[in-house]
Amino acid sequence: MESTTEQPRNISGSMQSPRSPSSQPYLSVSVTDPVKLGNGVQAYISYRVITKTNLPEYQGPEKIVIRRYSDFVWLRDRLFEKYKGIFIPPLPEKSAVEKFRFSAEFIEMRRAALDIFVNRIALHPELQQSEDLRTFLQADEETMDRFRFQETGIFKKPADLMQMFRDVQSKVSDAVLGKEKPVEETTADYEKLKHYIFELENHLAEAQKHAYRLVKRHRELGQSLLDFGKAVKLLGACEGEPTGKAFSDLGTKSELLSIKLQKEAQQVLMNFEEPLKDYVRYVQSIKATIAERGTAFKQHCELAETTKLKEINLDKLMLTRSDKVGEAEIEYREIKAESEEATRRFERIVKRMEEEIVRFQEQKTEEMGVAFHQFAKGQARLANSVADAWRSLLPKLEASSTV
Amino acid sequence: MMGSENDEESHLHSSKEEMEKLFLREDGDPLTKSNVNGDKSNSNYRSAMSTLFDSRHPSIVVTPADSDPLFAPPSYYSESRSPRSKPNGGDRVSSYLEPPSYADVIFSPFDDISEINGSEDGHSQSSDSLSRSPSSLSSDYIKITVSNPQKEQEATNSMIPGGSTYITYQITTRTNLSDYGGSEFSVRRRFRDIVTLADRLAESYRGFCIPPRPDKSVVESQVMQKQEFVEQRRVALEKYLRRLVAHPVIRNSDELKVFLQAQGKLPLATSTDVASRMLDGAVKLPKQLFGEGGGASSVEVVQPGRGGRDFLRMFKELRQSVSNDWGGSKPPVVEEDKEFLEKKEKMYDLEQQIIDASQQAESLVKAQQDMGETMGELGLAFIKLTKFENEEAVFNSQRARANDMKNLATSAVKASRFYRELNSQTVKHLDTLHDYLGLMMAVQGAFADRSSALLTVQTLLSELSSLEARAEKLEVASSKVFGGDKSRIKKIEELKETIKVTEDSKNVAIREYEQIKENNWSEVERLDRERRADFLNMMKGFVANQVGYAEKIANVWTKVAEETRQYDRESS
Repeated sequence: MESTTEQPRNISGSMQSPRSPSSQPYLSVSVTDPVKLGNGVQAYISYRVITKTNLPEYQGPEKIVIRRYSDFVWLRDRLFEKYKGIFIPPLPEKSAVEKFRFSAEFIEMRRAALDIFVNRIALHPELQQSEDLRTFLQADEETMDRFRFQETGIFKKPADLMQMFRDVQSKVSDAVLGKEKPVEETTADYEKLKHYIFELENHLAEAQKHAYRLVKRHRELGQSLLDFGKAVKLLGACEGEPTGKAFSDLGTKSELLSIKLQKEAQQVLMNFEEPLKDYVRYVQSIKATIAERGTAFKQHCELAETTKLKEINLDKLMLTRSDKVGEAEIEYREIKAESEEATRRFERIVKRMEEEIVRFQEQKTEEMGVAFHQFAKGQARLANSVADAWRSLLPKLEASSTV
Repeated sequence: MMGSENDEESHLHSSKEEMEKLFLREDGDPLTKSNVNGDKSNSNYRSAMSTLFDSRHPSIVVTPADSDPLFAPPSYYSESRSPRSKPNGGDRVSSYLEPPSYADVIFSPFDDISEINGSEDGHSQSSDSLSRSPSSLSSDYIKITVSNPQKEQEATNSMIPGGSTYITYQITTRTNLSDYGGSEFSVRRRFRDIVTLADRLAESYRGFCIPPRPDKSVVESQVMQKQEFVEQRRVALEKYLRRLVAHPVIRNSDELKVFLQAQGKLPLATSTDVASRMLDGAVKLPKQLFGEGGGASSVEVVQPGRGGRDFLRMFKELRQSVSNDWGGSKPPVVEEDKEFLEKKEKMYDLEQQIIDASQQAESLVKAQQDMGETMGELGLAFIKLTKFENEEAVFNSQRARANDMKNLATSAVKASRFYRELNSQTVKHLDTLHDYLGLMMAVQGAFADRSSALLTVQTLLSELSSLEARAEKLEVASSKVFGGDKSRIKKIEELKETIKVTEDSKNVAIREYEQIKENNWSEVERLDRERRADFLNMMKGFVANQVGYAEKIANVWTKVAEETRQYDRESS
């Protein structure tokens, strides 16, 4: 079990200023160079994971390993098991529409998401100290394969199954949390938090849906500008001057703007829609943590109950000076230890969650702010180039019509 | 239409503001309203496009600063809307104003004229050029409005039980042309009257590019809602009549004058069978050629024709055209055929390209529409999120985020509005393409007139030659009979009579053909000129529109980028 009494070190990562003095502890990771390996159905993408650090626990200042998506899944599952109460950063979705799976844009988006994933872990005061993280960042490929294989047993597609389990678990916990179970926390603040998280997911999902549609609209507008430009040019070929030239210029500009629109579509997808999706995933991760907390709470309650019963029993036996006292005492001590452990676990989750919520809100404000800013900049840039492109036609059109 | 009237008045009084704005007026515009309500505007835009801007000519009309569509309060964005204050671009109005030189040029007279009359003559700088002001004395002015559809009952004779009902429309003309009795008058006409007018014009103005009349639309009248159909028809009628008066020759036609002015039942003959229409044409030919005006006078009723001859001629022409098609006798009148055929082919190509371009224009409009809609929906989703975060906020970071979201959301909503406004005006500009599809049909009609006139000439020529051949044969036969062949001589004389008449008809037909060719040529010239100018104008309007709204949208987002400046992470 990971020790939690260690003070989190102020380790800077790649998400913060890279110019920290070398005496400062730092851990910076980048996920790069996606490469398609294998053939046909077995094909997959591998990534280079480059770690730069001066931490003593790591082997040297720089280490490069090759990892695939299921390795990241392994890391996440391990962290989820060991660091209950912490909102483990989410992973991008595994499955994608088959034909899209190896498109350049999808691969790039996934790479970027994986990069963010690892760096969030590297920046988290507790998670960054995880041994599993070190394994992930440093182990050679065979060792990594072995670890991954061990973790998931005989299943050939561990990632998928784990994902399924996660989904089911999340669904189950939804059901569990939705019903009025007697063994559940009922503090007002926590209720409020749960309600907030569940509602938030709905709102975010809707926003993300519209953001995705907006990407499509950009593409459609781009396509229609392209077609319009072509048609207008052909029309110009039928007309004499000066109309013919004017149509030709108009068509050319239209085609030019079509390209800009396609570019912006991609930008909106990567810098606006993807962060929103990530936000949704994060909220889902929190829901999983809420489920864990529920389980821990239940255990804590039940064990506390049992301990009490054992205590009563013990007292009874002690009063009657039974010879079963010794046995009962041992049992009682054991149960008490377990109960205390369960309580500690539960309380640790509660404490972690309190801190995590603060972090989460701050992080999301920052990340959303960046996303909004980039979106606004992109839209402004697009609109300005649209205006510029069309404006450049006006003098010529003017000249033509006064001829 | 009251809206357009206001347009005129305000235009008169606000020339300075005119210089500043480049966007079409939207108030009271049905398309805007339906867009505003967000209802099925996608499915309606095609019909809306035809119902929209009445004049064929999509000039860049001005709006006084006060009536900038930005100010018009839409009813649909009621949710958490900040109170309508100065528009987002209020302090940057100048950014989407064109530099003065451009603005000056844009508001040259022809734009204004075209807005009012749909005139194709607008570019001439002569004193003939039309001004928008009815009070201006030195120029011609005629404006038509179709309004006030009403149901009326057909007066029946006792034979037919009940009467069928039909719709009449009020057709109001405002003009200062001296040919008309007054300066403003109205008549009531039903659709059938339009058909009659169109038919009469087609006969009287052969070779001209006559704007095509609205369809009878039998299917549509069954399928559409009555009100919608009537409105669609009203708009189409108005467009049609305005095009007619815009045509420099047709606007002077008697038929049109009668149509616009004669009270009560329309006193133009309504015969519809081909033969008698042919007869009409035959009767009118001499009048046209000998300069007795453009067509039938208002009260003339066509006399039943000259009997079998003309039916016979019709059949002969049919036979002739068949023999022509099958490469029979080469028609003698062929010389400019090549040039004509080339022109015809060019026109066909042009038509195809216009069709294509107008289809792509529709797609473009739809894409802009969708963009606006989705942007709006995105904005609304974020507004909901903002509300939610604010209500549930425990941390300041949440409040900060809610604030950022609000900026984004309100801007998305604003941008969405701009997209929709842009679009409704794009529709108006690109509608020129649709309009010209109709006019290409008119060109086809003009070419068809020429072909049929040529056929008449060829028929008469071949008839003449066969008559002369017969006469010669008879003469030869007769000369062999000593002392004269009384019966044959009589026949020869009769034949010679017929030949003379046929000869006259042939000459008339040739003159008619030549006239039609001339009409064709001058019409096509005129149309080419005007089409080019109209297309240039369309492009200017479209482009200026795009520029203006792109600037507005850019402003909106630049503001958000400013407000979120603290999140700028791009390494400089």
